[in-house]
Amino acid sequence: MKRDAAHQRLFTRRALFVGVSQVVLVSALVARMYDLQVVQSDQYKVLADENRINLRLLPPPRGRILDRNGVEIATNKQNYRAVLIAEQTKSVERTLESLGKVIPITSYERTKIMRDISRNRSFVPVTVAENLSWDQFAAINVNSPDLPGLQPEIGETRHYPLGDAMSHVVGYVAAVAEADIGEDPMLQLPGFRIGKSGIERIQDKELRGKAGVSRVEVNAFGRVIRELTRRDGQPGEDVTITLDAELQKYAVARLAGESGAVVVMDVRNGDVLTLASTPGFDPLPFNVGLNQRQWQELTRDPRNPLVNKALSGQFPPGSTFKMMVAIAAMESGLTRDHSVFCNGALDFGSHTFHCWKKQGHGNLTMAAAMEHSCDIYFYDVARRVGIDKIAEIGNRFGLGKPTGIGLAAEKAGVMPTRDWKLATMGESWQQGETLIAGIGQGFVLTTPLQLAVMAARLASGYAVKPRLMHPRKGEPVPEILPVAVSPAALAVAREGMYRVSNSPSGTAYRARITGDPDFLIAGKTGTSQVRRITRYERETRVLKNEELPWAERDHAVFVAFAPYSDPRYAISVLVEHGGGGSAVAAPIARDVLKELRRLEKLPRQPARPMAADHVSGTTRG
Amino acid sequence: MSIALGERQQDMTLLQKLRNVNWLLVLLICVTASYGFAMLYSAAGGSVDPWVTRQSARFGMGLVMMLFVAMVDLRFWMRIAYPFYGLALCLLIAVDVIGTIGGGAQRWLSLGFVSLQPSELMKVALILTLARYYHGLTPEDVGRLRYLFQPFLLMLMPVGLVVIQPDLGTAILLLMGGLTVMMLAGVRWWVFGTLMAAALAAMPVFWANLRDYQKDRVFTFLNPERDPLGTGYHIMQSKIALGSGGVWGKGFMQGTQSHLNFLPEKQTDFIFTTLAEEMGMVGGLLLIALYIGILILGFAIALRARHTFGRLLAGGLITVFFVYLFINIAMVMGLLPVVGVPLPLISYGGSAMVTILLGFGFILSVYVHRDLQIPKRPGGDPF
Repeated sequence: MKRDAAHQRLFTRRALFVGVSQVVLVSALVARMYDLQVVQSDQYKVLADENRINLRLLPPPRGRILDRNGVEIATNKQNYRAVLIAEQTKSVERTLESLGKVIPITSYERTKIMRDISRNRSFVPVTVAENLSWDQFAAINVNSPDLPGLQPEIGETRHYPLGDAMSHVVGYVAAVAEADIGEDPMLQLPGFRIGKSGIERIQDKELRGKAGVSRVEVNAFGRVIRELTRRDGQPGEDVTITLDAELQKYAVARLAGESGAVVVMDVRNGDVLTLASTPGFDPLPFNVGLNQRQWQELTRDPRNPLVNKALSGQFPPGSTFKMMVAIAAMESGLTRDHSVFCNGALDFGSHTFHCWKKQGHGNLTMAAAMEHSCDIYFYDVARRVGIDKIAEIGNRFGLGKPTGIGLAAEKAGVMPTRDWKLATMGESWQQGETLIAGIGQGFVLTTPLQLAVMAARLASGYAVKPRLMHPRKGEPVPEILPVAVSPAALAVAREGMYRVSNSPSGTAYRARITGDPDFLIAGKTGTSQVRRITRYERETRVLKNEELPWAERDHAVFVAFAPYSDPRYAISVLVEHGGGGSAVAAPIARDVLKELRRLEKLPRQPARPMAADHVSGTTRG
Repeated sequence: MSIALGERQQDMTLLQKLRNVNWLLVLLICVTASYGFAMLYSAAGGSVDPWVTRQSARFGMGLVMMLFVAMVDLRFWMRIAYPFYGLALCLLIAVDVIGTIGGGAQRWLSLGFVSLQPSELMKVALILTLARYYHGLTPEDVGRLRYLFQPFLLMLMPVGLVVIQPDLGTAILLLMGGLTVMMLAGVRWWVFGTLMAAALAAMPVFWANLRDYQKDRVFTFLNPERDPLGTGYHIMQSKIALGSGGVWGKGFMQGTQSHLNFLPEKQTDFIFTTLAEEMGMVGGLLLIALYIGILILGFAIALRARHTFGRLLAGGLITVFFVYLFINIAMVMGLLPVVGVPLPLISYGGSAMVTILLGFGFILSVYVHRDLQIPKRPGGDPF
């Protein structure tokens, strides 16, 4: 018994030790629980929410681009497509096989689909077919019982109803490049499109809108369980531009087959009504991604369909530059009665400078020299005035620097001076080069847009700037200042232009508008030479344009404003290697102006009130 | 008086035995198991299928088995302790030799109609055997060196067999259970001190013999962020679930970590996390309180028993129960490496449930036969 009691006491002591050990260990568990569930709880709550809550961006519809009359230039079209959810079908192969009977699926597409499916979890929808026609889409819907796992969907894709007529101005959207990804997380969405050129690019922020956010609960495999909250985004704004889609379409059609540009401006406020460049390109393939062949076709074409010639093409202005020389002469003290005798050639230094008319024009005053586009007269005047004065006047009329229209591709052209040549070529100016510049050849380069601005400034007497975007409501409109030249100088230039188009001996007389006395054109032809005419050719016979390869033919140029009595529109036309200005470019300008006149009379409802005109009393005859 | 009682206990009727059962302990076991059913219901997304129905059926059968074990005369259990141990050891060897591969380790023995896990049997058999061994020794003998050899052999044979399966969790349970019986039996302190020193010295050898996945678990335990997508993922997600549960929890069936499958093994090894995420620290403490209640009753039964066999058996088994719950909870809270030890009475799974209830059957049998007089040698005459 005694031994038993001792045994029991030993056991009690040992049991107490084991029990106390267990109490200590349980206390450790409780302490850890307190640490996790009270002390660090907030931190772990955040981690749990990060686990289960995903933010999904909801891209808003992209804003439309409208012309001045509300015509849609860029809009969104429903994109019919079909997605496959692998877990909803017993056999992906069989579903695809059945789908192949409804719409064509190439074996390449099939391999790609199977690869996409194997790379994603079974509940992730994989795009099987896109850009389906309505009939195909309807067929899929009708056959849906035979297509388990297949879901018809309607997405949105960018659409350009006017196609290549607007492509240079409107630009295009395409997949986001690595370099474009900035702060907007929307850009990282797969399939998101961003404006890559033209209006789509410069107005991208406005058109894009703000993404909505959907907070969804997901499980560990990424499957969406439910939507927690949703904040709708802000749809992209519609952007209205100053172009007149109808006129643009007409101009592009009129230029058909040629490589050229037509720019029409409102001389009162700078609204660009037409900014056409041909050939154009179809913006849609850029959206889905060009293939190698398409890209090579576009880039290797000698007519450069990707280049907006209206503002990126730099050409010698030819005789259209003579107004600048005339005004420079007037500003340098010569009078409109300054007369020069033209016998067809002028010897200067060791060179002989030729007039386009071999037998000469005889005695000409300033306006008549413009009417006949006599080269000798302007050689003489340019020599007297000097290149720097001519350049100064050119600058005042918007030449030699970008017009600031806002499109990135715009080029500055060249308005040469003595300093310019020394700086760029390291050589001093030769006086003979002044003579060549006097007829808009040599170093002088202009874009068709600059020529339209020049014509608009000649017409209005104000330093109007071209604009593509309508000023928003309340946006301050910069004041338009008069061009700093004397009214007399402007008057003689205008008179010369009037005579070009309306005097029977004017170079554009055949391209005048008849039967509409309220809409008389005042213009100036130009034929800018691409190649050097050799002495041998001069002595025998100057080759006609038709006898030359395309790339050696002259550029046909024409600038004009109308109506003469109360100018509203300025136009410039350039046909690359098109031949003579009077034969090729002037008729195009006339036709475009006639179309403009016709459209003017149509009852068209502007999409929204046009901004007020900012120039009044623009002309004095 | 006590002798008279003891004499009366030598042959009780079944009704007397039933009245002698510690019904409070049975009640606590049922309440705890029901708490587990509730969590299995939640883990299944608000459904009794697939876990609650099966688990409750097992529990019901286990409960009957437990009471049956409690009714059987403790002397019988003592008598068959060695054969039982022998059988369990043979089965363990059989598993190692012909056992089918399950879960990367050889643990299951397929008997055609039922899968048997001998390591589960061994948890009970080892305690039973050691209790019987020490029952036959005088306190003086316990302190003698030559009486150390046999119990260590009894303990290390199954531990070795389990380690090569490999089943680290069971090995620890066997070791802790066996050592606890030896400690309660009065083995001298210096023995445990020497063991500790030897264990520390053997660490490098032990480490070298660990399987890669076991090493991984230890690395992961030491630094869960080391591999957040691989082995560290489980423990990270478990801690996130626990921590985000906070004091009051996310609400029954509202656990995001468990229901959205961020939590692994939410119904088995990590069910404590499921519980503490939804019921918060309050719910976790409630479960721990239930466990503490069971532990107190277990120790009370051990202390109350008037024979060494009963004291050691109850004390050893209740400690095995403790080791189960401690390792599991410490593991899900990132205090211990991940070893496959379920949460007793709560985790979904049949084997552990049978083992635990079998153990409680013996504890209850000790209580029913608390005043029994058991001779040093079975079959010997106690009078």
